[in-house]
Amino acid sequence: NFISKMCESSRVTWEGCSVLLDINDGDRLVFARLSPAAKLKIGNKNCSLQPLIGRAFGTVFQVETAPEGPYLSPTQVNVDLRDKVNDNNAEVRDGQVNVESRDNRALVDNNTAQSLTGEDIETMRRQGARGNEIIEALIANSATFEKKTSFSQEKYRLKKQKKYAPKVLMRRPGSRSICEAYFKKYPSKIGFLRVDTLSLLLSMANVSSNSDVLVVDMVGGLITGSVAERLGGTGFVCNSYFGQTPYSMDIVRIFNLSEEICKRILRSPISDLLSQKESPEQIVQHDDDCNAEIQSNDQISASVTMEEISQSSENGISELGAENTEPAVQEVRKAPKAGEKAQKEMIDSWKENGFSSLIIAAPELDTWTLVRDLLPLLAHSAPFAIYHQYLQPLATCMHNLQLEKMAIGLQISEPWLREYQVLPSRTHPCMQMSAFGGYILSGTKICSS
Amino acid sequence: MLASDPAKKLSFNRSIGNGDLVIVYERHDNMKAVTVSEGSVLQNRFGVFKHSDWIGKPFGSKVFSNKGGFVYLLAPTPELWTLVLSHRTQILYIADISFVVMYLEIVPGCLVLESGTGSGSLTTSLARAVAPTGHVYTFDFHEQRAGSARDDFERTGLSNLVTVGVRDIQGEGFPDEFTGLADAVFLDLPQPWLAIPSAAKMLKQDGTLCSFSPCIEQVQRSSEVLQTSFTDIRTFEVLLRTYEVREEKSESIQGNGSNGSLPCKRRQCSDGGSVISSPVSSVMVRPCGEARGHTGYLTFARLRCLL
Repeated sequence: NFISKMCESSRVTWEGCSVLLDINDGDRLVFARLSPAAKLKIGNKNCSLQPLIGRAFGTVFQVETAPEGPYLSPTQVNVDLRDKVNDNNAEVRDGQVNVESRDNRALVDNNTAQSLTGEDIETMRRQGARGNEIIEALIANSATFEKKTSFSQEKYRLKKQKKYAPKVLMRRPGSRSICEAYFKKYPSKIGFLRVDTLSLLLSMANVSSNSDVLVVDMVGGLITGSVAERLGGTGFVCNSYFGQTPYSMDIVRIFNLSEEICKRILRSPISDLLSQKESPEQIVQHDDDCNAEIQSNDQISASVTMEEISQSSENGISELGAENTEPAVQEVRKAPKAGEKAQKEMIDSWKENGFSSLIIAAPELDTWTLVRDLLPLLAHSAPFAIYHQYLQPLATCMHNLQLEKMAIGLQISEPWLREYQVLPSRTHPCMQMSAFGGYILSGTKICSS
Repeated sequence: MLASDPAKKLSFNRSIGNGDLVIVYERHDNMKAVTVSEGSVLQNRFGVFKHSDWIGKPFGSKVFSNKGGFVYLLAPTPELWTLVLSHRTQILYIADISFVVMYLEIVPGCLVLESGTGSGSLTTSLARAVAPTGHVYTFDFHEQRAGSARDDFERTGLSNLVTVGVRDIQGEGFPDEFTGLADAVFLDLPQPWLAIPSAAKMLKQDGTLCSFSPCIEQVQRSSEVLQTSFTDIRTFEVLLRTYEVREEKSESIQGNGSNGSLPCKRRQCSDGGSVISSPVSSVMVRPCGEARGHTGYLTFARLRCLL
């Protein structure tokens, strides 16, 4: 129980916790579990993740060479190069254009600027040269470096750093970091739900402690985990599903949720929530079937969860290997179980009181019929938020809710998010932008007299 | 407002009582906060509504006036509160609020510092996010506004989660008693760079900060100052586009040939020929013509990890 208390808001990693490894400022994103055997492949080197255990989230590591082999070592991050640029360039500080400022008119891109060869670099490495030394050597041997503008020099340096001195930033997994990582690298797994859209779902559905939130989550468990995080070990989130097979909830396991929070994540088929026909014996049997299904789902998902989320998976092998070599018993001890089947008493209590709110992200189900069936389960004046990638199903649903007078305050929203690059004399919106993060239909259920 | 008290939790069994705060919904763009008081009335263009009629009814009910007009009575939420609260200052709206709570990684149990309090729009959502075991310490240099905010938090039942202080954070920084204890800091100040060094002292390892500024020059200056102690400095704009829905009944016209199963009318045309038309009903959706163009830039950062 001490461990679970530690887990809850710990800013320091522990053995068995899940981490998000951000390699080279987001170029590569890997979810991993810090077991003693876990390894990460960087470039062509395999490094143990052992040094990451017991360190603060937010620590940056670099690959160091040693006689025993390469290892990850925590580094103090240098103050941004932007400051150096500021110091060196009067034109930047004054904000005026300096007539003598450099530009690229004389630079010819014919691949002859660098005099060090690949073999030279390998030799340096074998002699124990550190990444930063190699980078300085490359700069010294570049014929065109001095002719570049200061911004261009900075870009060159950063590019070499990524290759010869890669950085590994250890991030804490949570709804924000998990959503961003998936949206960037494997968006289809989360139904293209962007982080601002997810944040709106949580607000619009008034997710907070001591609430009973009904969720239909077909986006891998991202919504379920995020709701559970906001409940903080109080209330319940009921992950419900149409039919007999629960939807995958792999992503919940990445969250580092304490045992107390995991106990609050329950599952139930929608049919159980709607009907009162099943006798106690039938329910017990249903329990066994369901638990078996949940277990087999989780075993399949065990290999899927802790993998590199990128299209090419050859580097994901080391993480998959570490995960699968552990015996099943150890796995259960480290990751508290979420998604137990909701017992009859719980379901009865929900029927008696009603759910506090509803969140739906179910691309494969018909929106209107699902909402029509689930809305009666909500307490009166309870808010709901429905996510969809397509506008039409939400429009039809909104229209029908108005006709049937089931809800008010109905709104279809499309969030828009734009990031800015903020640098001296170089501030502008980022060149790349996400054009779409989904639509949300929100509203409040009313008491139909 | 929050379900910290089980007796007040939203439920089929909970009804409106004397002293409860309700949100009176006339239309989606016309709502008002009312504290129920036996003997009081609400008067609007739909007529006169007696509060005593409301007591004992569930939230979400439709209630009638003496003239037969009606309104809905909703349970207050931070979202509804943002739409009905009295504006003493410019406020933050749901798109910015929800992004801030997510991006600052605020969860139950967190300790959050905020300045300025303004009208308490964001503060209400921060309280929801940290409940039941966390706390929000919010500061404003304007004594009267701080007082109004305190009154609002009393009214919405958040006083045990929010403490309002009168303090000039730009001039004096945050109080030393919070050093190293804050999970997150939020700044909505004219010159946030003056408060950033103090914010850095208040934050725990890997703690998060957000600064909201309407002008890009403020963002540039803040970002520069952030570099000393912070990393992961990112600036965003977030906006919402809304859509409207309509049922469109239109006629689809076919030529002389019949088209099989659709029921249709045969119409006589002036030239003697006939045309078959079938009524088609569809739900159409399009973006609303009006939108908010800008609220402010949100700059986020994390406290650098020191070895």
